[in-house]
Amino acid sequence: MWDYFKLAILGLIALFAAIAANYARDVAYLVNALTIMLVAGGMFLWMVRTAGDEKPAPETGYMDGVVRAGVIATCFWGVVGFAVGTFIAFQLAFPSLNFEWAEGYANFGRLRPLHTSAVIFAFGGNALICTSFYVVQRTSAARLWGGNTAWFVFWGFQLFIVLAATGYLLGATQSKEYAEPEWYVDWWLTVVWLAYLAVFMGTILNRKEKHIYVANWFYLSFIVTVAMLHVVNNLSIPVSIFGSKSVQVFAGVQDAMTQWWYGHNAVGFFLTAGFLGMMYYFVPKQAERPVYSYKLSIIHFWALIFLYIWAGPHHLHYTALPDWASTLGMVFSIMLWMPSWGGMINGLMTLSGAWDKLRTDPIIRMMVVSVGFYGMSTFEGPMMSIKAVNSLSHYTDWTIGHVHSGALGWNGMITFGALYFLVPKLWNRERLYSLSMVSWHFWLATIGIVLYASAMWVSGIMEGLMWREVDAQGFLVNSFADTVAAKFPMYVVRGLGGVLYVAGAVIMCYNLWKTVTSVSAAAEAPVAAPAE
Amino acid sequence: MDMYSITRQFADSWALLFLTLFFVGVVVWVFRPGSTPGHKESANIPFQHEDKPASDADDAHIKEART
Repeated sequence: MWDYFKLAILGLIALFAAIAANYARDVAYLVNALTIMLVAGGMFLWMVRTAGDEKPAPETGYMDGVVRAGVIATCFWGVVGFAVGTFIAFQLAFPSLNFEWAEGYANFGRLRPLHTSAVIFAFGGNALICTSFYVVQRTSAARLWGGNTAWFVFWGFQLFIVLAATGYLLGATQSKEYAEPEWYVDWWLTVVWLAYLAVFMGTILNRKEKHIYVANWFYLSFIVTVAMLHVVNNLSIPVSIFGSKSVQVFAGVQDAMTQWWYGHNAVGFFLTAGFLGMMYYFVPKQAERPVYSYKLSIIHFWALIFLYIWAGPHHLHYTALPDWASTLGMVFSIMLWMPSWGGMINGLMTLSGAWDKLRTDPIIRMMVVSVGFYGMSTFEGPMMSIKAVNSLSHYTDWTIGHVHSGALGWNGMITFGALYFLVPKLWNRERLYSLSMVSWHFWLATIGIVLYASAMWVSGIMEGLMWREVDAQGFLVNSFADTVAAKFPMYVVRGLGGVLYVAGAVIMCYNLWKTVTSVSAAAEAPVAAPAE
Repeated sequence: MDMYSITRQFADSWALLFLTLFFVGVVVWVFRPGSTPGHKESANIPFQHEDKPASDADDAHIKEART
């Protein structure tokens, strides 16, 4: 019965998408409607063929299929996102790469949101979803709640990515940084995200452990907060249900404040809390010892939760935002330094007594460098939020350098570490295909980040100083174009850093592929070994 | 008073006090005497149930081990 109900729903969606494509007012909406029509139509046909079949008995082990799919998606979107980023870095250095024939589709302005969304939401989001599904099952000793809902979350999220990405290239954007997707894509993400929350919460409620492990607290705060941020920042009214354009409900400085409340907490809860959940599981697992201080981890969690949500106004220093609000943002940003470093120390000290692993295990090395970058960028960030520093750094490349040392160093490296840990476990292989390839990846990525970040520091501080330089008569010394010309060498170095980082990721994909296809299966684990 | 002033005043008085006390409470709770064995046990959660979920038999075994 349920099958026929689903058939009817899918048919209606495909029909409505076809109607929407017919009446579409802009090309981005047209392409998105056709995508939805094809997906719903394809699922309809598949359902027709399988409706009423005997369902296999529900399985009882851990649900790892969806985690495996998530690992593959993470690798794929990672390489795509890094490659687009490297390309647009060279577009800035060599403007002729904004090809004439691709004007309006593949110029910097269209590709930039594609890059940021691909790395943050497609690469980072898939990494968070699949590791959270892995971790919550192991630490709750329970199978994922909700049966195939987890698969709905996975495929629904991929559909969100495809709709958003094609929309960007064709010009659908609401011009909010990291929240560019238009209204119907936002609505779809809300549905997927609530399903994600249900699966995660359901598994925690079903848990067989008395205590909820700290990694799950971080993951849960990430899921709940992102839901709240997403809904509030995307309050908009569509101009037409057959067009992608929408109008924001907030206006002026309120809209700016809402955007950066969202934007900074996307950093705080998506790129920090969620990835800290990864750190609190995968670092202890790879080091084969429990986290340094569990007490510190609880304080880390609550301090982060209470402080992060206030830090957003530091993106709006010296704007129309009231002074008290930007001071509040600055003060809370500086206070954030403490829990961040508490967490970094907790992660690093987990290795105490096992420091020799740094020499022998390139995966641990990756995780340690990642936690080190977490510490470095959570020191740099509070410093840049101080108004006097911000007056130099804001609108310069320093900001971009800061973001990338955090994103490439912390988020990227901890994800790579987790992937190297997960693949042999998920595909039941006795080891990785090649540890020396992991070392190559480690050094390519690390040198790439160093080139990237140092180029942006030099270029950012230089352009900040050039912008404010005045002569004895009080006239500005440099025109804007002078600063652009002066930045050229740094832009080339930044692009080269990106090339190294992509190369490392490609090596990782090859290594993981070979691990699955040509390493022999792991020996059967001893049965009924006591856990304690 | 308008809505903005009311909520603003509430935010920087009672709400701030409540959140601060909650956080202090968490710190006190974490360091309460006798909590260390419990935290140790929690820290070891990742090293159990690696391959399959706990069965009901396991459950009894764990409860036994804890008491």
